[in-house]
Amino acid sequence: MSAQDILVLGETKQGAPSDITLELAACARQLAAQTGGQAVVVLLGPEGKQAAVHVVGADRVLVIDDDALASYMPEPYVAVLSHLLESGKPRALLAGSTSVGLDVAPLLAARLNVPIIGGCQKIEAADGTLKVTASFCAGKMLADLEVSATPAVLVVLPGSYRAAAEGAAPQVETIRSPVPLEPGPVRFEQMILPAVADVDITQQDVLVAVGRGIQQQENLALAEELAEVLGGAVCASRPIVDQGWLPLTRQVGKSGMTVKPKLYLALGISGAPEHLEGIKGANLIIAVNTDPKAPIFDVAQYGVQQDLLDFAPALIETLRASKSEAV
Amino acid sequence: MNIAVVLRQVPDLIETLEIAGDGTCLDYGAARFIVNEWDNHALEQALLLKESRGGSVTVVALDFGEVDNTLYEASAKGADNIVKIPWDADQPPALRQAVALYAEVLRSIAAELILVGCQAHDELEGPLAPQLAFALKLPYVGVVRGVQPSDEPGSIRVFKEFPGAVVARMAVRLPALIGILAAEKAPRYVPVSRIRAAMKSTQIQEQEVSPPPTESLATVSRLYVPEAPQRAEMLEGSVEEVAERLYQILAEKGLVR
Repeated sequence: MSAQDILVLGETKQGAPSDITLELAACARQLAAQTGGQAVVVLLGPEGKQAAVHVVGADRVLVIDDDALASYMPEPYVAVLSHLLESGKPRALLAGSTSVGLDVAPLLAARLNVPIIGGCQKIEAADGTLKVTASFCAGKMLADLEVSATPAVLVVLPGSYRAAAEGAAPQVETIRSPVPLEPGPVRFEQMILPAVADVDITQQDVLVAVGRGIQQQENLALAEELAEVLGGAVCASRPIVDQGWLPLTRQVGKSGMTVKPKLYLALGISGAPEHLEGIKGANLIIAVNTDPKAPIFDVAQYGVQQDLLDFAPALIETLRASKSEAV
Repeated sequence: MNIAVVLRQVPDLIETLEIAGDGTCLDYGAARFIVNEWDNHALEQALLLKESRGGSVTVVALDFGEVDNTLYEASAKGADNIVKIPWDADQPPALRQAVALYAEVLRSIAAELILVGCQAHDELEGPLAPQLAFALKLPYVGVVRGVQPSDEPGSIRVFKEFPGAVVARMAVRLPALIGILAAEKAPRYVPVSRIRAAMKSTQIQEQEVSPPPTESLATVSRLYVPEAPQRAEMLEGSVEEVAERLYQILAEKGLVR
């Protein structure tokens, strides 16, 4: 590894690199072209061997094949990556803004006393400096930052880079963990898969999504009625699920489901980057929000600046009236 | 179990955010503040654990924004001890400085479990919680949706969230710091009358901490409002007119009959 290389903390899912890993590989390749180094994806755990052959866009894939890395736990991940960063001294480590990345990246930065930037959307290297544009305040602000210290730990928002469609197969190297991995104070016990959902929102053509603007649990009935008239289902942004108003299986976004409906009607959803990540595949997005600056209007095709509690009943009435006329 | 919780103030995103004169940071003087929602979930989780297994909950907060209201509300909800760290500056501390401030106070509390929101929307230099865990030499797991007591003495069980509604159950030996995404239940509501009562009865302990030098390793050169490459076509008119127009759009696209 050289001081010009860009390392990627890769993640796998069912034997394949996750979407964010391929996006980070593309980002790393662009950066490595500017630094004169290589884009190196690190996959931790035995599953990495299977996933490595599906990585596109990187120059190299380094698989750390060790049973202690089979299930994610922060400590062994940080131990291995710290060693790689200290011994190889690459220019930067890219991690996704994911459940794993949000643990490992800051722990690494603290341990190595190196800079970390979260919410990265654009990264360029010039004159020995990394220039980063990062999202701030749930996408309502952007910050331009400069980092000179090496290595920089950069946490990249999913969707910021497009994965390479094709490319030369990267060179794959598989090694055992370069550091001893002893059992630590955190022990993985079990992966709990979602209970069979009453509705699989990933398969719905029409989704009525609710956010904080719904205000009260009782108001969910309005969304249910609208979904029924439209022939769809209700889903939600994270705060609604955190309130316990809908199950986790109805959550759309980074930690929930990725959906691809023909119609995504967003009611009272501001459009934080974590939520937008889950609706990239939606065909038509219509947003209803009282805040004209809500980021959801940046991705919606049509917008309605009204209180959903006023607008939804009017839309239900219009839809019902049109159905009556059609009969 | 003795639990400590960090409660931070963040700008309320419902309000318009202003940029300070030098163009590199928010104008916090013009902001309205709310408690960081993930910290609020951390407090709720701490209270749930205390109610199930006993112990105490100590809240630690920086004297910034409208923190006193937050602290009285925490007391009304059931927090036993409130510790406030004096902070006179117009801006919140940089992340590394915040880590040092909170770490010094939390070391003196010696809680078995520290719960902190796994993120805050005004963090540019990564989340506080894991960096605080490292400073305190404590094990860390973040993005956690629920913490439960364990049958194993000196341990807890945490439920770490992954995409696709998948959750990993992990055992964590105490002492530890956990980054909370959501409590097992929604944060409780307390009536204003109880908060008013707490304002009279709550003893807020101020703990002076010598501020460490600021040493951000990344430099902000510009802060700005993003310009969207595309904006939605806004439908104007009364609710009935907009509903009718939207119906027509949906009909044109074959999404309604």
